[in-house]
This record gives sequence, structure tokens and C-alpha cells, in this order.
Amino acid sequence: MTESATVVQAVEATNAAGDVGEARSLGADAWRALRKKPLFWVSLVLITIFVLMAIWPSLFTNTDPDNAVLRQARERPNANAWFGRDIQGYDIYSRVVYGARASILVGVLTTTFTVLLGGAIGTLAAYAGGWVDALVSRVTDIFFAIPLLLGAILFMAATQPRGKPYFVIILLVVTAISILGWPSLARLMRSSVMQVLPNDYVQAARALGASPWRIIRKHIIPNAMGPLIVVSTINLGAYIAAEATLSFLGIGLQPPVISWGVSISDAIVGLRTTPHMLAFPSLFLSLTVLAFIMLGDAIRDAFDPKTR
Amino acid sequence: MGKYIIRRLLQMIPVIIGTTFLIFYMVFALPGDPTAGKCGERPCPAAYVAKYRAEHNLDDPMPIRYAKYVAKTATGDLGTNRYGVKVTEDLKKRYVVTGKLALMAVAVEVVIGIAAGILSGIRKGRFIDNLVLVSTLFVISIPVFVIGALCQYFLGVKWGLFPVTVSAKPTLYELFMPAFVLGSLSIAYVARLTRTNLVENLRADYVRTAIAKGLSRKRAVGLHALRNSMIPVITFVGFDFGGLLGGAIVTERIFNIQGIGGYIFRSIYNRDGVAVVGAVTALVIVYLLVNLLVDLLYGVLDPRISHD
Repeated sequence: MTESATVVQAVEATNAAGDVGEARSLGADAWRALRKKPLFWVSLVLITIFVLMAIWPSLFTNTDPDNAVLRQARERPNANAWFGRDIQGYDIYSRVVYGARASILVGVLTTTFTVLLGGAIGTLAAYAGGWVDALVSRVTDIFFAIPLLLGAILFMAATQPRGKPYFVIILLVVTAISILGWPSLARLMRSSVMQVLPNDYVQAARALGASPWRIIRKHIIPNAMGPLIVVSTINLGAYIAAEATLSFLGIGLQPPVISWGVSISDAIVGLRTTPHMLAFPSLFLSLTVLAFIMLGDAIRDAFDPKTR
Repeated sequence: MGKYIIRRLLQMIPVIIGTTFLIFYMVFALPGDPTAGKCGERPCPAAYVAKYRAEHNLDDPMPIRYAKYVAKTATGDLGTNRYGVKVTEDLKKRYVVTGKLALMAVAVEVVIGIAAGILSGIRKGRFIDNLVLVSTLFVISIPVFVIGALCQYFLGVKWGLFPVTVSAKPTLYELFMPAFVLGSLSIAYVARLTRTNLVENLRADYVRTAIAKGLSRKRAVGLHALRNSMIPVITFVGFDFGGLLGGAIVTERIFNIQGIGGYIFRSIYNRDGVAVVGAVTALVIVYLLVNLLVDLLYGVLDPRISHD
């Protein structure tokens, strides 16, 4: 009795909704769910701020990050230097602002490369099948078996970043993380394409004589991209953390390059006496990582009908 | 089962060969003269350099060098490092330490992570659930070297609860804090993964059936829902093992642990290629074996997955 009553109510509810609302695609539905989430907006605002910081640091500070005032070295936060000064007498606030560029660049570039590489290889393996799939999967296994951090350390040591220009070092770090980061995305894309392939619309497109390239571009990729986008948003945060770890170990970015990882590495010895030198770069690094992870979480929840 | 294991072991061979070749190539691409500084404050005599180069096959092209290395490794000889110590002996000593550390980290991660995940999963939306979600997000976003330094300072130096650094032959008590730091990121992921899967399974029909036929809630959750929720968690723990081995480089550096991670890091700096390749190869093999073990565990957790 109660069961049927609920069903009736539910049907009425959908009818009522159907009268006012129009049919929505999954994307539009997800966007409606996303809009209502405060976490989504918080992370979006944070990401916007950090990206702005990376592009135009001078919007946020007028202080030159390379202006060392040795007399005031290790000063606590005060009216002149909001976040205090570090051991070289640099203004920590401006160092933190200028340091955003390295992290955001590494995160965004690595994510782009891994998505392109992993996505393409995964799609190829799933679409071609047969021996191509077997071969590609074994190659993926080979790269997958090397732990990310370990491989990145080896790569950085082999390429000797010390003394090279800023963008070269950034690109080296990006390459190191990309080489080892793509296999997980390739596996993800492969399984997601395999789920899309047997669908009727793919068969229909093939029956209508569409070329493989058109099928992949117009039918498979739009329908299989979802998981890849979600995971790579979360990964973006992890890549930023990996860059900082490499810099912390002294084989990623090196001074005079300004980066959060380098600042943290310099400050960590003075944890007991000058905690402010460690706190601010760590805070910004954590907030950036947090923002991307929260964004990925929110998008995943919005696209997953089960969690609604 | 036996057949499956043998097939998997055979499949591992090309992966190991490919991985070690990659590592071998990266390591021996390290710039610098391996005989530099071996003879004190003067250049080495030509006869010594020639002997050294012949011994290490330095004049052969890379694939031949690699083939000779594999042939030697197959007999169980990983060569000697810069100081003339057998790499196998070094590894034996250091593997005990890192193995202890990694196992403890896995234990911490599984016990605390799963417990937190269950607590928040069965009380979805309540205070404890939000607490777990927020605190795990917090842990994920802070870089592990900052967590390590903070734990070392507060738990070790300030409050004296745990030893600040670790001796050469560490006890379980000494390794607890490093293991906790090493596993901290994974604790957060395990907790979230357990929660998501448990929440999903608690709504499944078979749990409702179990309760309807009179099982206590404890038994329905603990035996039915939890067991089915463990498969993705176990998969994660297996893959994450590689991350732990890489992360050990950072943790071992912070707590001065004489393990594999520190050995690899120091060997890279000393341009000690033989030691690096030996140690990394050993790590990769362990990692592959752990993942084979995980696949076998699936069958135990879920009898529907059979390996025949």
C-alpha cells in the first residue's frame, strides 16, 4: 500500500516537474547540481586567484621578490612585510605570490600532456583491439611499474637541471612527471572507451559509413571523456605536490627560481625558530592542491547519478 | 590457480625487462665521469681507467651493456658499488629497514583508513562523517614533507612522544612515527574509498535482504557490505605500494632512516649507477609481486572472481 502510494507520488512529482522543466542533457543536469554546491564555488574562486597570481603577480604585490633586505632577515610578519621575511631578507608575501607561477605551470602543463598522451593511447588501444591493444597494454605496464616519484627523481638527475633557464627546468619537471603519469590515464581511457564502443550509436555511425577518425572524434571521445576529466583534475593537485617534493629534495626547481617547493625546502630547517617562513608557502601550496581536488570531487559527484 | 600464477609470472618478465632497461638507460645517461674522484686528489692513471671501463662495459653501446648487465644479474650478482661493497649485501641490510617501514605504513593505512571509512560510511551525513571528510581533505592537500617535519617537531622534539630520528637498526617503536607520516596520504585515500563503497553497498538489495531475514545490522554491515566494499580498497593499497616505496625517499630523508630510499638518493648523487639500477630493479620487482598478490586476494574476497 505505502509502496504504491510512493510510486504514485513519484510519478506525480515527475509529471509536475515535466510540466515546467524541459528535457536536460547529463551535462546540463550536472551543471545544475554543481551550481548549488558551495565547495564548487570556493574551489573555483581559489583557482581563479591562483591562476591570476601565476599570470600577473604584479596585480597582487608591488614588492620585488628579489629585493633582499638582509638587515631585516627572518623578521616576523609585520605591517611592512605582511608574511614576514625569510633568511635572505626577501619579502615572503611577494615570494609566495611569484611562486604560484611555477606550481600552476607544472600542474596545468603536466595535466595537458598526460591527458593528451594517456587519452590518445588509451583510445587507440581500445578502438584498435587485438595485437595493438596487447602491445600497448604491455608498454603501459612497463611505465606503470615505475613509481612516479622514484622515476621523476631518476629523470631529473639524468637531465641535470642545475643552472638551466626557468622554462627549461619547468619543462623538464613537466616531462619527468608526464612520462610516468600517463599510464594510469591511458588505462582509465581504455576501459571507458571499451564501455562506449558496443553502444548502438557507435554501431549506427559505423553502418552509415563514418570513418574511424570521425567515429572516434564525434562519438567516442565526447562520451568517454568524463572519467578522464575528473581524474585529471584531481591529479593536477597531485602533480603540483610532486613538483614541490622534487624541489624539496633539491632536484626539481632550484634557486634563484621562486617556487613554493624551494621556499618550503629552505624554511624547513628553521621550523623551530621561524615557523612563519614555512607556514605561508605551505599554506598556499596546500590551498592550491586542495582547490583542484575539491573541484574534481564536485565534478565527479555532479556527473555521478548514484550520489544524487 | 597455479596456472594463473604461472601465467602472471611469465607476463611479468617482459615488464621487468622493459622497466629495468628504462631505468638502466636513465641512470647511465647520468652525466659525469664515473672514475672522477676515485683516486683522491689527482686524475686516475690511464691503466686504472681502462680497467674500470672494461670492467663496467662502459665502451659498449647501450643495448649490449644492458644485455651484459642482465646476464650478470640473472646469476644473482648485482655488481659492486663505488666503495667496492657488493650491492646485494647493501640491499639485504637496507631492505629489512625499508620493508619494515613500508609494511608498518600499510598496516597503519589499512587499520586507521578502513576504520575511519567504516565510521563515516555507516553514519553518512552525521558529524563523524563530516569530520572524516574534512580531515582527510586536509591531509591530502598538505605535502608529505611538511607533515613529516611537523610531526617530527611536535611529536618528537616538543612533546617527546616518539624518537626524533631513527637508529641504524630500528625498533618498531622508532619506526612508528615515520610509518604514520609515510602512510598519511594513503590513510586519507583509503578512508574516502572505503566510505564511498560502503555507502553504495549499504543501499544494495542484498544488504536489505540480509537484514530482512533477521541478521543483526552489525553482521549485515560487517560481513556482507564491508567484504564487497573491500575490493577497490585492496586494489588501491596494491597500487599505492609503489607510491610508498617512492615516498620512502622523502620520509627516510626526514627521519634519517638507513633504508632503500636513502640509498637510492645517495647513490644518484654519487653517480653510482650500478647501485641505483640494482636497488630500483629490486623495488620494481617487489612492487609487481605485491600487485600479483592483490589480484589473488580478489578471489578470496569475492568468490565470483575466479582465476582458473
